[in-house]
Amino acid sequence: MKLASLSRAMFLGFVRDRAAVIFSILLPVLFLLFFGTIYKTGNAPKISLIAVGQVSLIREARAADPGGLGKIMTLTASRSLPAALAAVRKGTDDGVVLQHGNTVVLRYSIADQTKAGIVQSVIGSIVQTANQAGQRPTYTFTASQVQDKTLKSIQYFTPGLLAWALASGGAFGSAITLVSWRQNKLLRRLRLAPVGTGAIVAARIGISVAIGLVQMAVFFGIATLPYFGLKLTYAWYMAVPLVVCGILAFMSIGLLVGAVAKTQQAASSIVNLVIMPMAFLGGAFLPLDFAPAWVRDVSYAMPLSYLVNAMQDVMARGEGPAAALPAIGVLLGFTLVLSFIAVRVFRWDDV
Amino acid sequence: MPVTISVRDLRKRYGDVAAVDGVSLEVEQGEFFGILGPNGAGKTTTLEIIEGLRQPDSGDVTVLGQRAWPRNPELLPRIGVQLQASSFFERLSAREQIRTFASLYEVSAKRADEMLETVGLTEQAGIRTEKLSGGQKQRLSIACALVHNPELLFLDEPTGALDPQARRNLWDLLAQIASSGRTVVLTTHHMDEAETLCDRVAIMDHGKILKAGPPAALVRELDQPLRISVQSGLIPADQASKFSGEQATDDGVSLTIATTQPARVLAGLADRDALAGLRVQGATLEDVFLSLTGREYRA
Repeated sequence: MKLASLSRAMFLGFVRDRAAVIFSILLPVLFLLFFGTIYKTGNAPKISLIAVGQVSLIREARAADPGGLGKIMTLTASRSLPAALAAVRKGTDDGVVLQHGNTVVLRYSIADQTKAGIVQSVIGSIVQTANQAGQRPTYTFTASQVQDKTLKSIQYFTPGLLAWALASGGAFGSAITLVSWRQNKLLRRLRLAPVGTGAIVAARIGISVAIGLVQMAVFFGIATLPYFGLKLTYAWYMAVPLVVCGILAFMSIGLLVGAVAKTQQAASSIVNLVIMPMAFLGGAFLPLDFAPAWVRDVSYAMPLSYLVNAMQDVMARGEGPAAALPAIGVLLGFTLVLSFIAVRVFRWDDV
Repeated sequence: MPVTISVRDLRKRYGDVAAVDGVSLEVEQGEFFGILGPNGAGKTTTLEIIEGLRQPDSGDVTVLGQRAWPRNPELLPRIGVQLQASSFFERLSAREQIRTFASLYEVSAKRADEMLETVGLTEQAGIRTEKLSGGQKQRLSIACALVHNPELLFLDEPTGALDPQARRNLWDLLAQIASSGRTVVLTTHHMDEAETLCDRVAIMDHGKILKAGPPAALVRELDQPLRISVQSGLIPADQASKFSGEQATDDGVSLTIATTQPARVLAGLADRDALAGLRVQGATLEDVFLSLTGREYRA
């Protein structure tokens, strides 16, 4: 009863705050539109291929041009096609090449569209060059994706954008509530009412999780429109527990900020200062594949990167539901540690 | 009368400042008790310690026969508090606000709506608290403090930020609450408010209680001359001085006589049919404050 009415009060406070609703629902959708329309990266990365069996054409072409092809392409040999395909699926390597007689076969991943394009054009041009040198078409070239052909890059950036939206919403929501309730003395008023801290915290968690799940539903709903083409495949349902644990982790950031900050302006600045770098360094907007090593190292400290990666694992990379479990563990652990610190520095009022 | 609040030698320091510096007081059941003093006198800190919001450095507090600190869940349903700021949930209407508070005390929504009517906010029930006027916010905040029908009500500067008209409107409500027999403790920096509403006041300054008692008794103790004035031009000033035995002054608007023997002056004026525009002004709590501190009262 007390829990229900507290939850109701918090829920109404949120939905009647147009700025908050726009910020947590519409802005991420705008980003989705933006990314979905012009998703591309400007890098020209090195590509790494696995040769299964004898692929003399590619090997010779690479050996013949050490300054050009040799620099942009690494070629490792493997005997097992399934193992090689698995490596591509995981993103360790960018493609597998095989040669059946005069047919060169390329299997690549669409995980990174840029790399997929480069791999195709490099192998295609090697085949074409060989054909021109031999005056008549000798080799044929077929390329196919490793994953479901209908999977697009939206499978990768939807988790990233959603994670960013959840991080902002969760952290802002709890930080601002805490600071404004302290400022208008509602915290102290509630302390003098026969209601436990547990009920207040539980109501806040319930509302934040509910808002997060709505964000997820709206986001997935829009992303699955034909224009964007998100497919809810593999173990995508594991995104639900991931999202819940992610919200808890982001709320704990907000709680800590709210416990420290004295004014709402300070709280929102600090949250921005934490969330924006975390979103970039955690790979919410851009994949970290081409990032410097230190960025990847830093990303291990970001709860957001675990959420993004695990959602990509279960929604795009086709890993089983168990792939989400380590991330869930990390997110819950992060929540516990930060909440513990937040409780230690928490103040009921400003004096 | 049973004692509702008993405070003994309360002390609380913030750094170098002794916010509360040895306060002792008792409030009896059914009393309307005022803690009066300028801003920064330590009224709010004293009240917050009694409410159980703050831990005193030393001293004893007993409220309704129980300890107030640490947070005492048995005591909470028996007291109602209105804090200085308007402590509301964001973006809720007046009705949603009080119903939320009601449910925290396990009180029905019907009772909450009745309380809204008691404070005269039925028409504003659907309006969000952010859009209520200052006086309406205070009424709602008092209603929220009263919704569970507490034995003891704390009001911290309930008229603090209100204009004079809204203040007087609120006094009517406060007087009505007091007449219902519950104990009320109020802090204020308005002397006239304390004089009008309180059965007993404690005058505070620099963390100490200077004097406590019924406002009328405090004023009477001063034994200050009454200022009797009538319309100017009814009788000459020197004649008035003669029959009253006091110095009479005429500033062209009023003839004023300051006296400790009002009967003689009033009789003399009546004999001469010179009572038009009669005003009799006694000392006020401001004069009491002045005599206690040696300085003018500045809220």
